Amino acid sequence: MTEVQIKPVTMNFGPQHPAAHGVLRLVMELDGEVVQRIDPHIGLLHRGTEKLIEHKTYIQAIPYFDRLDYVSPMCQEHAFVIAVERLLGLEVPLRGQYIRVLFDELTRILNHLLNIPAYAMDVGAMTPFLWCFEQREMLMEFYERVSGARMHASYYRPGGVHQDLPAGLLDDIGAWAGKFPKVIADIDGLLTENRIFKQRLVDIGIVSAEDAADWGFTGPMLRASGVPWDLRKSQPYMVYDRMKFDIPTGRHGDCYDRYLVRMEEMRQSLRIVNQCIAEMPGGPATSDDRKITPPRREDMKHSMEALIHHFKLYTEGFHVPAGEVYAAVEAPKGEFGVYLVSDGGNRPYRCKIRAPGFAHLQAMEFCSRGHMLADTVAILGSMDIVFGEVDR
Amino acid sequence: MGMLDRSVRSLLFVELLSGLRLTLGYMFRPKVTVNYPYEKGPLSPRFRGEHALRRYANGEERCIACKLCEAVCPAQAITIEAEPREDGSRRTTRYDIDMTKCIYCGLCQEACPVDAIVEGPNFEFAAETREELLYDKDKLLANGDRWEAEIAANLAADAPYR
Repeated sequence: MTEVQIKPVTMNFGPQHPAAHGVLRLVMELDGEVVQRIDPHIGLLHRGTEKLIEHKTYIQAIPYFDRLDYVSPMCQEHAFVIAVERLLGLEVPLRGQYIRVLFDELTRILNHLLNIPAYAMDVGAMTPFLWCFEQREMLMEFYERVSGARMHASYYRPGGVHQDLPAGLLDDIGAWAGKFPKVIADIDGLLTENRIFKQRLVDIGIVSAEDAADWGFTGPMLRASGVPWDLRKSQPYMVYDRMKFDIPTGRHGDCYDRYLVRMEEMRQSLRIVNQCIAEMPGGPATSDDRKITPPRREDMKHSMEALIHHFKLYTEGFHVPAGEVYAAVEAPKGEFGVYLVSDGGNRPYRCKIRAPGFAHLQAMEFCSRGHMLADTVAILGSMDIVFGEVDR
Repeated sequence: MGMLDRSVRSLLFVELLSGLRLTLGYMFRPKVTVNYPYEKGPLSPRFRGEHALRRYANGEERCIACKLCEAVCPAQAITIEAEPREDGSRRTTRYDIDMTKCIYCGLCQEACPVDAIVEGPNFEFAAETREELLYDKDKLLANGDRWEAEIAANLAADAPYR
């Protein structure tokens, strides 16, 4: 009998595949069930955000950042407003900084509460998804009470936040934070030791620390490979230098470690939330530089100067001194950065967005080559890809 | 965890059974879902829903056609035309919002100096055709009349923070 060489099968994964987490199209070459090559085709959700921002004033650009990674909106606004504040040399009042840190961490929990159960559902577990969405509902309620929208908050502004926390919100967040460890323990009890879950994840998609750095991994992806790198510790912004928290790292860099790192990050975020609530200072939440932040409504009705500021800010916006800056925050998915170039006008000359998901997705082939077809789903889930930010 | 311990746990399906016990426990807890059209989740005074144009108590419309909302709208969803009315006051002759473009960012109500355009508490305005979502001035004023009590209460509740 002569040996016959069979050509690998080329197959489409997505863009409507439920495990593709949005509109990802993977062109796969399969030898039987073993993946030989994966080619991610992206761009199906491209909206031209970066170019649009060049035609918007700085305040108008903020809502666009909510819509990049729509699972963790406020962290991305944060990167943009920090970039603008650095160019302006603007100080944020202490209360504003605490509010931002508080909501950054709630956002992190919000993000991991979607990623972990969606990931579990990809490999066959349905229940955690429903439990986590109950918690997400409560977190989105906090979002809505503070900003008026459940997801696309547009709450952070250059110089602070849009409005101060409403009365009673801190107590309610505190009450929620008291109950949340029980929920983490429940999810932990369902998944962590579960043999089906472990069989699907352990030793799948191993990335060494070196490879992770070479591929530009950040966030939980990098930390699962054993690199304790976290922008909140290495270059603290806002009041992260006052917070006590630990950085979880993994040992093997496989899918299971990424899950464990995210679980532990939720517990650490909860610690930061509790510290923020305990230490929340009084005073204004927003800078009183009237060339940047709008005046209070009461003043605007009575003072001519305030009215002029109000009209100027909502039509022309403010002018930002010429220069360029890169500001990055530790978003739930990794390092989210904004590179902003200003030519001295009221609109950004250029706004480059560094999305963590984009860097993670490029390693898709590297992670899954030689694995089975079903493992690519686990690897994709562990990367925590959201197409809003990958395609921008 | 020793070798023996691990083997026993594995043979007796300990982690699977404890997981099943957990889900069984959840079955007997009170339901967390709401029966939607009849029950609804809570909304805060800051909620940004469907737009409305408000009137003063005497029936005069608030909007003075300053066009701040048109200027600040990031999605360019608002179109305004204005000219002086017979009594000499400046009012809009056309006030359109394309609700299919609107991104509900709330900048219009922030910018409005007379609290005329607001995003009210209504979120149930789904329509069957696209044309129904191109709101004109009459529709917006009707919304304002319909929701005035809720909107006024929300604005009063949120006034200390604005």
